[in-house]
Amino acid sequence: MKAGANLYLGGGIILSVTLLAICAPLLAPYHPVTSANLMYAEEPPGAAFWMGTDEQGRDILSRILYGARISLFIGLAVQVMNTIIGVSLGLSAGYIGGWWDEAVQGLTNLMLSIPTIVFALALMAVLGPGLLSLLIALGMTDWAYSCRISRAQVLTQKSLNYVQSARTMGFGPVHVMFRELLPNIGGPLIVVATMGIGSAIMAEAALSFLGLGVVPPAPSWGGMLSSAREQLMVAPWVAIFPGLALFLTVLGFNLLGDGLRDSLDPQGRGRK
Amino acid sequence: MNGDGILDVQDLSISLIGEGAPVGATDKVSFSIGRGEVFGLVGESGCGKSLCALAIAGLLRAPMAVTGGRMMFEGRDLNTLTPSALRALRGNRISMIFQEPMTALNPLMTVGDQIGEMFVLHRGLGARAARMKAIEALEQVQVSSPERRINAYPHQLSGGMRQRVMIAIALACDPALLIADEPTTALDVTIQAEIVELVLDLCRAKGTAVMMISHDLGLVARICNRVAVMYAGQIVEERNAGAIFTVPAHPYTRGLVEALPRLGRRLERGQERLAEIGGVVPALRDFPTGCRFAPRCARATAACAVPPTILALSDGDQVRCVHHV
Amino acid sequence: MFNILLRRLVQAALTICVVVTLVFVLFSVIPGSFASSLQADKRDVSAEVLQRLEQELGLNDPMPVRFGRYVAGLAQGDLGTSYATKRPVADMLSGRIWASFKLACAAMAFAVCIGLPLGFFAAMRQGSWLDTATMTIAVSGLSVPAFWAGLLLMYLFSLTLGWLPTFGYGAGGMSHLILPAITLGIAPMALLARTTRAAVLETLGAEFIRTARSKGMSEQRLVIHHLARNAFVLVLTTIGLQFGSMLGGSVVVEKLFAWPGVGSLLIDSVGNRDIPAVQGTVLVIVLFFLLINTLVDLAYLIVDPRIRYR
Repeated sequence: MKAGANLYLGGGIILSVTLLAICAPLLAPYHPVTSANLMYAEEPPGAAFWMGTDEQGRDILSRILYGARISLFIGLAVQVMNTIIGVSLGLSAGYIGGWWDEAVQGLTNLMLSIPTIVFALALMAVLGPGLLSLLIALGMTDWAYSCRISRAQVLTQKSLNYVQSARTMGFGPVHVMFRELLPNIGGPLIVVATMGIGSAIMAEAALSFLGLGVVPPAPSWGGMLSSAREQLMVAPWVAIFPGLALFLTVLGFNLLGDGLRDSLDPQGRGRK
Repeated sequence: MNGDGILDVQDLSISLIGEGAPVGATDKVSFSIGRGEVFGLVGESGCGKSLCALAIAGLLRAPMAVTGGRMMFEGRDLNTLTPSALRALRGNRISMIFQEPMTALNPLMTVGDQIGEMFVLHRGLGARAARMKAIEALEQVQVSSPERRINAYPHQLSGGMRQRVMIAIALACDPALLIADEPTTALDVTIQAEIVELVLDLCRAKGTAVMMISHDLGLVARICNRVAVMYAGQIVEERNAGAIFTVPAHPYTRGLVEALPRLGRRLERGQERLAEIGGVVPALRDFPTGCRFAPRCARATAACAVPPTILALSDGDQVRCVHHV
Repeated sequence: MFNILLRRLVQAALTICVVVTLVFVLFSVIPGSFASSLQADKRDVSAEVLQRLEQELGLNDPMPVRFGRYVAGLAQGDLGTSYATKRPVADMLSGRIWASFKLACAAMAFAVCIGLPLGFFAAMRQGSWLDTATMTIAVSGLSVPAFWAGLLLMYLFSLTLGWLPTFGYGAGGMSHLILPAITLGIAPMALLARTTRAAVLETLGAEFIRTARSKGMSEQRLVIHHLARNAFVLVLTTIGLQFGSMLGGSVVVEKLFAWPGVGSLLIDSVGNRDIPAVQGTVLVIVLFFLLINTLVDLAYLIVDPRIRYR
């Protein structure tokens, strides 16, 4: 009953955000970057600027619409990288076992003992600023959960008949891992990945907020908030709307993940 | 039925209350247990025997609930008692032991505290006095060096030992009725007999009546005075323990008896293996409208499409079958 | 019991060794990091000066030598010298660790005081409006970006109502601590509410709870003696993990509230590409995380006899 609600609400939010991002050029009333005009700096929300303007006179609504593209792109790309790393390590660790398993588990525990954002920041310090660094920094740091889940799943599935028979038929380990095991452990992975997109979007926003992510003037939700504190008194809308967009998007992914988990595992009690 | 029963259950109906209409899990179950009697309730899993036990002990949880009938315990109607009056009975006059001693004890409490709690709750003892009584109780269930074991946590004990602790808890306050729900099923075969003997000896000494719930007709017939057999939420036969073994009246009981392996009994010629009852127990929502056993019964006829009434046999025995033996 | 403790300590020590190596290698294999750190400062330095500086800092020695020097320094509490401020990193950190620790403790206190009761009562009244509200708070709390929540709180309590200072450390008093602590505590609070709810539900379904009911005790006694402690054991791990990862969250919150902690030092150092300072802060954060985890393990030894006597 409630699982369905989460699923539809989350899915609805994600679908809307995606559509808005795709159609941003059609929907946005102004150009997100070049429309800067100090004549209109810090206009409150009104008929001309539905969500007001920022300190350079850029339309916040337009920047939010374009920002959705950046957030979704980074969220997806980062999660794809994390999933590839996590699943490869987890699958092979669970399947091969032995010293490789020990090593992967050690590495996973290590990753879990360093907060993702701290690790990402350290990598950014090495790689320097820029979109590519950002993708690498986030894409290499948050794979521990995918890894754990795929390893655990493999351990329980390994002894089942279909794996045994594939082995007996003479398929190599790579075939068994990716063609036989992976499709069967997809469910829990999709849940982790869905929520992972949400946290990747959040992490990107945090780094951009700190001035170490998406380079201005590109419209990133986190970046839009980074100057908001100084203008909070005169132009609170600069802080409110980009954050709201970010919150709703992350909420959408979390709800969708919750809903997916509940519908995949009706007995689960919603523990993480 | 005898009048001086400590427990008299009449037409007990338990239903699953969920979305939609309630689904009956037991149908008008009636039996009574006399003072100090050992009463057996037998049936396959899912037949409703454990639900009856939980209903008597007041431990049914949603979505299961009592929807009809009366349970008279020592002359008082359990359905009409206030929650606090029920609490005073529970553990004190009616107590219960469960199937799984591994999980039935609180893992974070010493066994001494878990036994002593009974004296705190029902005898108003302080911590020290309760501890002394707990040591005694452990001694009664034949645990060696109880003053040391009292400080043990459940995970430090073997399964048999834990079940002894459960028995000590259940019998701590000398209850009038002990409900034992498959008390030995989860244990090693070698200690099953020991545990059963222990329960029976202690109950005999304390004058406690036992309601033994089991799927094992052999065990129940051996230790009980009277036995009721349940099938799909109904009692199908209630007999003297001796009679149920030698001359089972209901086809289902016959099936159960024949399915028992017996020491010293050779397989008869042409009989390749132990007899079994074909088919499966119907699910709660699919109970047949007539005789519930009819679909699996070799003797079933057109007459079985009508729900059979209870027929009285001699000695207060009864059976629910038109084709009884 | 002693063995477990020893094993945990060895594990922690091993992790520290790996992290030290990792942190060193990560920042050493990238060439020219020092030069670019100077460029980040927009300082024009000629090649000869750069070379002399690198010589002075020992950056041209072979890597094993530098690693040996680094480890030897660490052993004496020397985390290196900041490129940006030319001060020892250990000195820069020492004042900030306390500020960060204070913030993390206050945030955790907030998370526990709100999250535990919320989750507990939600589970006890499963399906009620309170349960629905708690689950809504939990999923929102996990989705809300800390820096946005902080901005909103700042707008409401500092700018509109004028009850609390906007940002800064002040004289170290409570008033400056409240808003950053709440901001940092929102996500762990949400997670705790959720975990507690699940733990209580799981415990309520346990067979020993049925046994306890069969003993004839009041609901109140059942909750205090049998439910609460067993459920808490399940929640303890989450508390520990959250406490550790709070240092991650504190990076953003410290920046927003201009809190002079380890997190804001990390950001400034990353911005300046001040490698020794980044190395030092990362190391301190990981150490803190390991310390908390070890403490949680110790706490388990106290509350859970199954671990105590193994």
